[in-house]
Amino acid sequence: MSELTLTVMRLGFLAVLWLFVIVAVQVIRSDLFGTRVTQRGSRRESARPQQAARQAPPQQRGQQSGGGGGRQRRGAPTKLVVSEGTLTGTTVALQGQTITLGRAHDSTIVLDDDYASSRHARIYPDRDGQWIVEDLGSTNGTYLDRNRLTTPTPIPLGAPIRIGKTVIELRK
Amino acid sequence: MSSTTNSPTHHTSTIGAIGAPSRRNTELALLVFAVVIPVFAYANVGLAINDEVPTGLLGYGLGLGLLAGVGHLVVRKFAPYADPLMLPLATLLNGLGLVVIWRLDQSQRLQLSSTYIEASPRQLLNSALGVALFIAVLVFLKDHRVLQRYTYISMAAAMVLLLLPLVPGLGADETFGAKIWISIPGLGTIQPGEFAKIIIAVFFAGYLMVKRDALALASRRFMGLYLPRGRDLGPILVVWAMSILILVFETDLGSSLLFFGMFVIMLYVATERTSWIVFGLLMSAVGAVGVASFEPHVQQRVQAWLDPMKEYELSKQGIIGHSEQSMEALWAFGSGGTLGTGLGQGNSDLIGFAANSDFILATFGEELGLAGVMAILLLYGLIVERGIRTALAARDPFGKLLSVGLSGAFALQVFVVAGGVLGLIPLTGMTLPFVAYGGSSVIANWALIGILLRISDTARRPAPMPAANPDAEMTQVVRP
Repeated sequence: MSELTLTVMRLGFLAVLWLFVIVAVQVIRSDLFGTRVTQRGSRRESARPQQAARQAPPQQRGQQSGGGGGRQRRGAPTKLVVSEGTLTGTTVALQGQTITLGRAHDSTIVLDDDYASSRHARIYPDRDGQWIVEDLGSTNGTYLDRNRLTTPTPIPLGAPIRIGKTVIELRK
Repeated sequence: MSSTTNSPTHHTSTIGAIGAPSRRNTELALLVFAVVIPVFAYANVGLAINDEVPTGLLGYGLGLGLLAGVGHLVVRKFAPYADPLMLPLATLLNGLGLVVIWRLDQSQRLQLSSTYIEASPRQLLNSALGVALFIAVLVFLKDHRVLQRYTYISMAAAMVLLLLPLVPGLGADETFGAKIWISIPGLGTIQPGEFAKIIIAVFFAGYLMVKRDALALASRRFMGLYLPRGRDLGPILVVWAMSILILVFETDLGSSLLFFGMFVIMLYVATERTSWIVFGLLMSAVGAVGVASFEPHVQQRVQAWLDPMKEYELSKQGIIGHSEQSMEALWAFGSGGTLGTGLGQGNSDLIGFAANSDFILATFGEELGLAGVMAILLLYGLIVERGIRTALAARDPFGKLLSVGLSGAFALQVFVVAGGVLGLIPLTGMTLPFVAYGGSSVIANWALIGILLRISDTARRPAPMPAANPDAEMTQVVRP
């Protein structure tokens, strides 16, 4: 067997051995536990272009000409953060989707809270991209700052929305 | 395309813990990888030594693949949420060990020696037995908490296993410097200490789970250290005395270090008191110095560690009781350099006796170099990491302690033998888990991996869904 072949095999073997180690470490990395937000609803491939057409993400605002009406101002919120309650620390990216809150299993944010109704409230963007919170006829009501909501109300950045023991707010 | 339709679809999203998917397919992919690497190594050895692809390649690959495949199917059936990495890592180490043992079998020098036996078929048989025990553990041990019932029985069993080599007629001759083997007619020799390692971890876990509060809280603070009460010191003193006794009567440095170290690790994990580590180190230092002052076997090992070259010269002069192997192992590492000489092209067979068991790391060092040895040590590190990760994820304290104990014992064993061969600590006769030639070691370590997989299956299994549908419950009304 030629010297060259053996050298190639020797280095190749070391490379393969290290590749295994690296792959194993990658498996560990992907195995770290955490929370993630998964898109649900219509099929993902077809959902993306629709979403882009209906409501472009903030970066592309300027270039998008077609679609449904006005655009968000700068400084629009990009995520919803739970700041109090059992889900404290949970964040949901705001990508133009409607977020439902309540104890029902199919809610976006499932509240484990005795004082929340099954379908308690929803948060959605209006045509201008302004985020609106609407109480869905809950038993104990939804509070924006300290006022109980009666009509769909625009949410100022950072204003606390209280549902039972849970407080959520929109952040940039 | 869908971009032309502006139908208002609802996009909702869910938040979920990434929980634990079963990861069995990841395991299968890694297993295939872990079988291919040793087959590559096997072919490499054959090409380097005999200039041809070895005839046993197909049989070897099929054998290893069969073991891995059966193991995988059993895990899929009986422990579907178990850790995906441990089985591939163990398979890879076992496969590489088989290749290197076979490579040393091919050595002309070793074939001329009087003690030559063809070790690789036996080791393949031992690996098969090990995987069989691994399967038995997964099939019959449905829940690791069952072991908790046998806390004190396992203590007694471990004691008996440790003392067996001292029983006259049962213990094998003291040929290799240590009395740790027993010979069973028709079965050959076995090393009960390897099995005692697992059984005693069960005892420590069960005992500490009950006593940890007393050990952690009932203590006086003195100079920044928590001094435990006298009666709580009892068990640690007993274990210490036991490991010293092993050292004196069986002259087995490695096992006594392993048992005592494992106990200190588990004590620390159970109580979160640093003082136990300080005590443990002090006691092991006192014990080691004490024994070394009157036990010639231990003294000689320390001398060989401090001055391997002198030991080598003494051995070459033909003085009985000295061994040139430590120095030869160091030379093997040295001649391997960074990238090694290539599989089958080193001269580590010059080590002669025990080249394929205690000193097998020297062959890796010479033929795969620093890069290869580091990868091997990382593979061990990953197994230990997965064990500790299992302990973190486990929900019951017994499972936590048991998996810390088992992975700690595994880590200590690798440290003791690798450190000994590399000249970091005095050499003790222990086997490198999965890699070194030795039936008891391979079988016991497969069982150890089986128990860890069982614990990790319980730990990673998703929690059962809440029973009642909360939608149906009444919402409570806030009354001002």
